[in-house]
Amino acid sequence: MRSALSALELLEPRSLSHALALLRDAAPVVPLAGGTDVYVLLNAGTPSGTRYLNLQRLDGLRGIARRNGVISIGALTTFAEIRRSALLARRLPSLVAAAREVGAVQVQNRATIGGNVANGSPAGDSLPVLAASDAVVVLRSADGVRRVPFDGFYTGYRQTVMRPDELIVAFEVPPVPGRQWFRKVGTRAAQTISKVVLAAVRAPEPRVAFGSVAPTVVRARRTESVLASGGTLNEAAAALMTEIAPIDDLRSTAEYRRRVAANLLRQFWTETA
Amino acid sequence: MPTVGRSLPRRDGRDKVTGAAKYIDDLALPGMLHGRTIRSSIPCGRIRSVSLLSDPAGFTVVDYRNIPGRNVVALIGDDQPCLAEHVVRHVAEPILLLAHADRERLLAADVDVQYEPSEPLFDPLRSPKVFKSIAMRKGDVDAGFAEADEIVEGEYRVGHQEHAYIEPNGVIAVPADGGVTVYGSLQCPYYVQKALRAVLDLPADRVRVVQAETGGGFGGKEEYPSIVAAHACLLALESGRPVKLVYDRAEDMLATTKRHPGVIRTRTGVTRDGRLTAIDVDVVLDGGAYMTLSPVVLSRGVIHATGPYRCDNVRVRGRVVMTNTPPNGAFRGFGAPQTQFASEVHMERVAERLGMDPVRLREINALRPGDTTATGQVLGRDVSALAVLRDAVERTDFKRRRRELRGTGRGLGLALFFHGAGFTGAGEMKLASKASLELTERGARVLASSADIGQGSRTVHAQIVAEALGLPFDAIEIARADTAVVPDSGPTVASRTSMIVGGLLRRCADDMKQALGGLTPKEYLKRRGPLVVTRQYEPPTSAAFDEETYTGDAYGTYAWACDVAEVELDPVTYEIRPVRITAVQEVGKALNPVLAAGQIEGGTAQGVGYALLEEVVMRDGRMANAQLTNYAVPTTMDTPRIDVVIHERPYRHGPYGAKGLGELPLDGVAPAIANAVRHLGIDVRAIPMTPERVMEAETGERKKVGSKK
Repeated sequence: MRSALSALELLEPRSLSHALALLRDAAPVVPLAGGTDVYVLLNAGTPSGTRYLNLQRLDGLRGIARRNGVISIGALTTFAEIRRSALLARRLPSLVAAAREVGAVQVQNRATIGGNVANGSPAGDSLPVLAASDAVVVLRSADGVRRVPFDGFYTGYRQTVMRPDELIVAFEVPPVPGRQWFRKVGTRAAQTISKVVLAAVRAPEPRVAFGSVAPTVVRARRTESVLASGGTLNEAAAALMTEIAPIDDLRSTAEYRRRVAANLLRQFWTETA
Repeated sequence: MPTVGRSLPRRDGRDKVTGAAKYIDDLALPGMLHGRTIRSSIPCGRIRSVSLLSDPAGFTVVDYRNIPGRNVVALIGDDQPCLAEHVVRHVAEPILLLAHADRERLLAADVDVQYEPSEPLFDPLRSPKVFKSIAMRKGDVDAGFAEADEIVEGEYRVGHQEHAYIEPNGVIAVPADGGVTVYGSLQCPYYVQKALRAVLDLPADRVRVVQAETGGGFGGKEEYPSIVAAHACLLALESGRPVKLVYDRAEDMLATTKRHPGVIRTRTGVTRDGRLTAIDVDVVLDGGAYMTLSPVVLSRGVIHATGPYRCDNVRVRGRVVMTNTPPNGAFRGFGAPQTQFASEVHMERVAERLGMDPVRLREINALRPGDTTATGQVLGRDVSALAVLRDAVERTDFKRRRRELRGTGRGLGLALFFHGAGFTGAGEMKLASKASLELTERGARVLASSADIGQGSRTVHAQIVAEALGLPFDAIEIARADTAVVPDSGPTVASRTSMIVGGLLRRCADDMKQALGGLTPKEYLKRRGPLVVTRQYEPPTSAAFDEETYTGDAYGTYAWACDVAEVELDPVTYEIRPVRITAVQEVGKALNPVLAAGQIEGGTAQGVGYALLEEVVMRDGRMANAQLTNYAVPTTMDTPRIDVVIHERPYRHGPYGAKGLGELPLDGVAPAIANAVRHLGIDVRAIPMTPERVMEAETGERKKVGSKK
């Protein structure tokens, strides 16, 4: 049942520094960007908090740019903007492919990449791409800036290294060498939450990152080593099984996720040969 | 220019497309309160205490003790309480009602219910409580099996299905002059009136039920709105103010009826040359916690369980049982999709056993004019099983395409099926529906309780009347389905709205035309005064059905169809993607061809969901995926190209030959897809055929093949 909205408080920061001050002083506060995850919980009557910090006016956190060879994506950049970005289409096509699979077009118009990462669902569509592309998460607090490698960002199911006073402001993606590959497997052909998702890079040092098969997104380093050292696909799939820990849930089964993860790995490797 | 047979635009189309149409949640009345239902959180147990923890100021609170009449949802068994008293039998059973002027305060209200839980029953096969059992017999099955060269057995399972109408359930109840008026999203105004009379202990003239614009029903608004309306009325009478009670999606999915899940076991005897000698079917449906319409769902399921085939020796036993899950109820097809999934997948397996072409096996056994059905009904001339089968096979180049596809990762399958139109057996006679036509200055006004729930009945009824009166389509008005204005034309269910109610209107129009005697409506009104003609249902002369022995004329007539599905298996994800479905359907007469094709496309899409995607995940008696995010109905991307082919073989008692059409298209999609999956070498006997289930079947098959070698 829907939550009573009158019990909720919305803080309206005028600037990034104001927002960071509120995060520091008014805790606990839930940052609110596109709202596509927050509103689902409100509608279900299980809100994530009673005090929200509206980030919508912080225009400095929007946009995609290249600086010194690194692509910087503002945390408030929507998936619709990512879909339309010519720069990303050239440099990070996997992220464009992932953006296209997020919810429906209406959701893509609202949902932000920062929100997708902050929400921390292991089924987040953009997460495997950021993991496979060695992205860096840029965190700001009233005390300053901190850069965390994406692969070390999550510590458990919806747990991150972020402090309560920190805000994700951007992602920095260094050049990705090799051919990018992405596939999401959901419960239907569109408007779906993933059951298994793979973002991978075919290069002398291949990269493999899976979503929805463990409490966090998984960068499958052992699988990558097997592939890099010329191991067979069966050996790589066997390594992968030691790196993922899928569960039975509403959308699928652990067994299905294991098999399909292995199949996706084979499909990636065969198609990029 | 004739009106019937033309694709005239829908009467409701413009308002819906422009957003002008008003649904229940768009309406507000002065002084209106909002209602909320407090429901059980456990599947089975005793209620120890119920307490409102919030400040009660401004709240109207109602429990079973506030019911002035009988605490039942009056339907068939009268076993379901309107509000639980001391015991709950399913999750989401209504216990307490609250109303408040401020929706926010209402949502924030905290109610504590303490229970003494008891052991719930979830497995229908182990349920000792039977709501209804039916035994249907024809000939001698033992003799039939003795005559058989091969006997094929199988068990088939079908799951729940959620209606997922676009507008959830909702009503507004208004207290008025010692009675109530209810505006609601509903299919059957007179069902609601009957239920309200029992709960409120009011005479019919004090209970007025008006259908509001309704955003889809599919059977989900056949019996359930009686509960929503009763709750709103109790709050309205207690507070003396109008009360709006609208479910949100989660509540609607959690609490309201679904399609009955079932287990169907089939045993068939067949000769080497493909003649069916015996069919023995055992049907078990899961009714959920209360009886609702389960006996009639079972009845239709049993009658359709042999498929559209001739066989001299038939036994079908069916039972619908109680479990501690939310009650299941009416859903487009009403038992027939369940049993015909089994019958058509089973036919495919019979063909495999014989090494016979599946089309040939169906041709040999398909019902023909003059044949008798499993109930012993002698079929008239409007039997089209062979015609739809042959046309579907020809259009899809079925046999060549099957060979072509071998080894390509695609499969092709078909299903031949039928659907009896109107109420089962003596049902229409008992209903004795009425419809009226009132002369107006410009033409006539239709007075019928049929609810346009998106299927287009307003348009089609106006077409029938315009045609019979020889007046333009625009000269015919349709009165709102309002019990204070229209007679009881029976419920808007069972594919009966065009065929039965349309038939009554056709007769009213014929009478009116005769009464006019060449005068224009305006002239008639001026010279002779007002004119209203009414017709009541009369059964076709010879029709008779014995409910004890399950023999006789089960339906006035049947519509016939053959679906051909081509599917593709994704070997990486085990997803079955339907590529194309050809739906050849014989409907008597397409009164409005675009609307008829729309029914067929929509029913086919809903069948694709039933076949492949829609899985209600029940955990401890609770629908765990009660969100449209996790209960996956097909999007346009999941729905293949559908080639609709309409055949017309007029039914002599239907208006302009029309038969019932609404439900037929859903019946055959799942078995056609399952048979296409079989063609790929994957043996799936349960729906939905989710990728997880296909993976199990596929890898299991491989192991089996491997072990043989």
